[in-house]
Amino acid sequence: MTNDDRSALMEIVGKYKSQKGSLIPVLQNIQEYLGYISKESVEFVSEQLNYPESDIYGVVTFYAQFKLEKPGKHGIKVCQGTACHVIGADTVRDVIFKELNLKKYGTTEDMKFTVEEVACLGCCSLAPVIMIDGQVFGKLTMDKIKKILNSY
Amino acid sequence: MSNYKVVVGMGSCGIAAGAHSVYKKIQDTAKDKPELGIILEETGCIGMCYREPLVEIEDLKSKKKYLYGGVDEKRWEKISAEHLIKGEPVKKWIVKSSEKDGTDEDIFKKQFRVVLSRTGHINPESIDEYLKTDGYKALKRVLKEMKREDVIDEIKKSGLRGRGGAGFPTGLKWEFASREKNDKKYIVCNADEGDPGAFMDRAVLEGDPHSVIEGMIIGAYAIGADEGYVYCRAEYPLAIKRLTMAIEQAEKMNFLGDKILQTEFSFHLKIKQGAGAFVCGEETALIASIEGKRGMPRIRPPFPAQKGLWKKPTNINNVETFANIAWIIYNGYEKYASMGTKNSKGTKVFSLSGKIKRTGLAEVPMGISLREIIFEIAGGILDDKKFKAIQVGGPSGGCIPEKLLDTPVDYDSLNATGAIMGSGGMVIMDENSCMVDVARYFLNFTQNESCGKCTFCRIGTKRMHEILSRITQGKGREGDIEKLEEIAHMVAESSLCGLGQTAPNPVLTTIKYFRDEYEAHIKEKRCPAGQCKELITLKIDKEKCIKCGICAKNCPVECIRGSKENPYEIIQEKCIKCGNCKTVCPTKAVIVE
Ligand SMILES: Cc1cc2nc3c(=O)[nH]c(=O)nc-3n(C[C@H](O)[C@H](O)[C@H](O)COP(=O)(O)O)c2cc1C
Ligand code: FES
Repeated sequence: MTNDDRSALMEIVGKYKSQKGSLIPVLQNIQEYLGYISKESVEFVSEQLNYPESDIYGVVTFYAQFKLEKPGKHGIKVCQGTACHVIGADTVRDVIFKELNLKKYGTTEDMKFTVEEVACLGCCSLAPVIMIDGQVFGKLTMDKIKKILNSY
Repeated sequence: MSNYKVVVGMGSCGIAAGAHSVYKKIQDTAKDKPELGIILEETGCIGMCYREPLVEIEDLKSKKKYLYGGVDEKRWEKISAEHLIKGEPVKKWIVKSSEKDGTDEDIFKKQFRVVLSRTGHINPESIDEYLKTDGYKALKRVLKEMKREDVIDEIKKSGLRGRGGAGFPTGLKWEFASREKNDKKYIVCNADEGDPGAFMDRAVLEGDPHSVIEGMIIGAYAIGADEGYVYCRAEYPLAIKRLTMAIEQAEKMNFLGDKILQTEFSFHLKIKQGAGAFVCGEETALIASIEGKRGMPRIRPPFPAQKGLWKKPTNINNVETFANIAWIIYNGYEKYASMGTKNSKGTKVFSLSGKIKRTGLAEVPMGISLREIIFEIAGGILDDKKFKAIQVGGPSGGCIPEKLLDTPVDYDSLNATGAIMGSGGMVIMDENSCMVDVARYFLNFTQNESCGKCTFCRIGTKRMHEILSRITQGKGREGDIEKLEEIAHMVAESSLCGLGQTAPNPVLTTIKYFRDEYEAHIKEKRCPAGQCKELITLKIDKEKCIKCGICAKNCPVECIRGSKENPYEIIQEKCIKCGNCKTVCPTKAVIVE
C-alpha cells in the first residue's frame, strides 16, 4: 500500500471507528476509494478495528457489493430483475458482451469496463435497464446500447 | 416577473429517460429569454414512467397546469415556442391538464393518493414545500396533544397493515415495542426493497423523503425510541442523497435531534446503506447487517420487539408503512379506514411493469380488482397482445392467470390465489412469456440469494432450479412436475425465514395455473410461448421479406444474411435466438418454430 492509500484508509477508519456496526461502512468507503477490497486493506482493517481477517472476509464475500479484484474504469450493471427479464435483459447482456468482447461477466482486457449483473435497479418501468457508474439508462435497444458504450 | 413555473420530473426513472438534458435545455431557455419569466423546479416520480421525461408548465396567472409527456430537447423547443411564447399549448403532447383534456387523464381516475400525495408534485429537496403541503403538522399534533397510547390507538383503529410484505397490523406491532421496558429502543425503516420488479419505496424516498421521516419520528415517539436507522439499498443512490438532505433539513428545524419542538422527546436518525443481499430485507438479517455482520436471519422468538438491534427492543417497518402514518394522524383514522376492504384498509401503491402500455406507479384503494389495474390504469397489454399472467409479490409471490383477474387486491384474496400481496411489485406478462421460464428465473434468484443457513432452502432451491432449467432446455422428464411439488413443500416447511418459506410460490402457482405449459415442454419438447431458446428456431418467411435489412442491422451476432436482391435468412448455427429480428421486422416475416 502506498503512503497516500494508507492515510486515506486511516481517515476512513477514523471517521467510523467510534460508531457501532462500523465494519460495513468502512469497507464500503474503502471500496469507493480503491475500487475494490484489496488484501492489504483487509489486513489494515483487521488491525485497526480489531476484527479477525476471517470475519472480514466473511462479510466481504456475503454481500454482492464487495469486490475482491480490481475492477475496470467504468462499472456496468446489467439489470436481471423480473421486468427486465420479461422484456429482454438477456439480449441486452449479449449485446454488451459482444460490443466489449466479453464471454461472461467480468472486466474487459483493457480494464475499461467491468460488467456485472444486478437484481433490480428500481427503474422497472423503463425496462430493459442498465446502470453505468451510478447513472441509469432505460428503454434500451441495440443501437442505444452501442451509442451509450461508445460515449465512454 | 414570473409567468411560468416549469417543473421537470427528476426521479431515477425521469433521469434514466433523459430528464437531465431537458432540464439543461429549459435552463438555457430561461436564461436566453428572461422576458418569459420561467421559474424552473424539479420533482419526483408522478407515476407515469412510460411518458418520461415529464415536464409540467404552470401558468402562474391563470393557475392552469399542463403536464407534457415524452419531452426531449426537440419537443421542448416547440413547446417553448408555441406554449410559452404564443400562449398556445401543444395539445398532442399534453398527458394531463387542469382542463382535463390530456391524452392520459383516465390513468388517475381509479387512484387515490395518500402515500404518493406529494410525490411528483413537490420539490423533494425542499423542506419548505413539504411544510407548505401540511408537512410535519401531524408530528406537531402528536407532540402537543397526544399521549403515546393515543398514537398507537389511532394507528390501530386505522387498520393499517405493514406494507413490507407480510401485512402485520402496524398499531399492534408498535404496541408490542412500546410495552417493552428498556431505557434504549430503536426504530428502523426497511428501505431494502429487494423484490425485483418493485420500485414503490424508491419513488417515495426520492419524491417525498420527509413523509417517511415524519412517520418514523411519530413511530419513535409512540414506542419510546430515541434512535433510528433507515436501511437503504445501495442501488438507490438518488434516494440516499435526498434522504440525507432531508434528515439534515429536519435536524436544522428541530424535527429531529434533542428536545424536539421544545418537548422532552429526542430522536436521532441515521442512514445505513445495504451492500447487496436480498435476504437483508428480512428483519433479523437486516439487524445483523446494521450491526456490521453477515446478514443471516435467526430464529424468532425473541422477536425484534423484544431483542433487536444490539439486543435492544426494535421496531421495523417498511418505507410505505411509515409514509402512511402522518396522513392518518393528520386526516384521522376514520378517513383512512373508510377506504379498502374489511381486513385490508386504506390504499396500496403498486409498481406496474412488464408488457403493459403504461408502466409506472399507481396508488389505489384496497379492494379494486387486478383487471381494473391492468386494463384501466395500466392501459392494457402492449401491442394489444394477449394477457397471460400477472406476477405479484416478487420471488415470494406467484403468477395469477386471466381467469382470476377479478380478484380484489387485498391481503386475503391475493393469498387465496397462491400468490401474496408482497411489497407491491406487479409484472405483467403476455402470450410471449413462458411460465416455466418465469419459474426458472425466480428459482435462480432465490437459490442465488439464499444465505445458506437452512439446508432445504440452500439445496432445495438449487435442485428445483436445476429441474426447471432442464425442462426449459427440452430435457424434462416424466415425473418432474411431481418432483418439483415434493421439493417445494419440503423447502416451504423446513426453512427458517420467509425467503425459503415462500421461495416455492412462483413454481407452485405456475404449475397450478399453467400446467399445460410444463407438459408441452416435458412431453412434446415444445415451448408454447416461443421463448425457450433450446426449443425454438427462428426463420424468415421469404414471401413476406421485403429485403429491407433491418433485421440484419439489429442482429447482435450478425447471423442474418441477405441483400436488396436476395431475401434475408438466418444462419442457424450462429443464432442466439434473442428474437431481436422478430421484434424489429416491419412485415412480421420472422417466424418462431
Ligand atoms: C427474504 C425477505 C426479504 C424481505 N425484503 C423486504 C424488503 O425489501 N422491504 C421490506 O420492507 N420488507 C421486506 N421483508 C419483510 C420484512 O421482514 C418485514 O416484515 C417488514 O419490513 C416489516 O415492515 P412492515 O410491518 O411495515 O411491513 C422481507 C422479508 C423476507 C423474508
Ligand atoms: S427489473 Fe430491471 S430495473 Fe427492476
